[in-house]
Amino acid sequence: MISRFLLLLGGALAGVASLASAAEIPAAERRSAYELMSRETKAMQDDDTANPGTLWVLDGEALWGTKAGTADKACADCHGDARQSMKGVAARYPAFDSARRRPIDLEQRINICRTERQKASAFAPESKELLALTAHVALQSRGMPISIAADRMVEFLDVGRSLFHRRQGQLNLSCSQCHDDNWGKTLAGNAIPQGHPTGYPLYRLEWQALGSLQRRLRNCMIGMRAEPYAYGAPEYVALELYLMWRARGLVVETPAVRP
Amino acid sequence: MARALINVPAKAKRGEIIAIKTLISHVMESGFRYSNTGQIIPRNIITFFECTYNGEKIFSAELHAAMAANPFITFHTVATESGKLEFTWTGDNGFSASETATITVE
Repeated sequence: MISRFLLLLGGALAGVASLASAAEIPAAERRSAYELMSRETKAMQDDDTANPGTLWVLDGEALWGTKAGTADKACADCHGDARQSMKGVAARYPAFDSARRRPIDLEQRINICRTERQKASAFAPESKELLALTAHVALQSRGMPISIAADRMVEFLDVGRSLFHRRQGQLNLSCSQCHDDNWGKTLAGNAIPQGHPTGYPLYRLEWQALGSLQRRLRNCMIGMRAEPYAYGAPEYVALELYLMWRARGLVVETPAVRP
Repeated sequence: MARALINVPAKAKRGEIIAIKTLISHVMESGFRYSNTGQIIPRNIITFFECTYNGEKIFSAELHAAMAANPFITFHTVATESGKLEFTWTGDNGFSASETATITVE
């Protein structure tokens, strides 16, 4: 009787353990959500003249050379040609900002430059200008492997990891339950991707527009009926950091297209 | 001016069937949606697209409220002679955009 009880208890504990410790996806199994897309959507992403993200990239290229703010400076006045100076930048963001002693994402980096160097007002989150500039900068890293130097950001990486594994919302789900444990299966007819942020900002057919990773995270949080954070919240940046670190080795696809 | 992308092969053989791809940035607001305050968002769409090849109309399309944003229109034509392709989009609120592309036919 006691041994049977112990057996049951053991089984229950093993069940809890398997739920709690979702294993990280090994490097050899890491896949971009690109591979789950239809042939038509892949073709759309692969052809720059068919990829609607290019419209934002071209707007960003124009903004890069436009003088702004009381400093009357353009991005190009300090950074020169983005094709050289911004090469590989998006592949290592979010990056540690020494002055703020915390990681900042690419959008925040652009807005810091805007307020501190150009002496202009910051772009609103998800504004066309901010997405366009981010897309133009991130395009310069296309094809390069994601590589986050996490050594100075370990505590923030841990925050991101715990947010990823924490159950939340009315559905009581964690990010990990879908994207670590059940990737490749379907959810309401849609393939569940591994959740690697390889192509942001990306054109989502559902949005009919370009959007940031934070917008996508907001989408997932609403889906599990959790309260989304405000744009630019440290929790989002920590999650972005963890997701980029988790996707290390995969190549940047910006501007990607997703269904 | 709306940003548009045109993909026309720079060179083609006489009589060859070529693919032409066009993409333009436009919100294509259907006129059926409501804002956060309950006001109807007025319709704002591209209503007509036309392509001419050395002045001759080779393709046109009427667009309606059910089209997605940033319309991508692709079609085929026969490369007959070298020259200019002109693309025009017109729509609500006096929207008008045009682009040109040149093709060399050998």
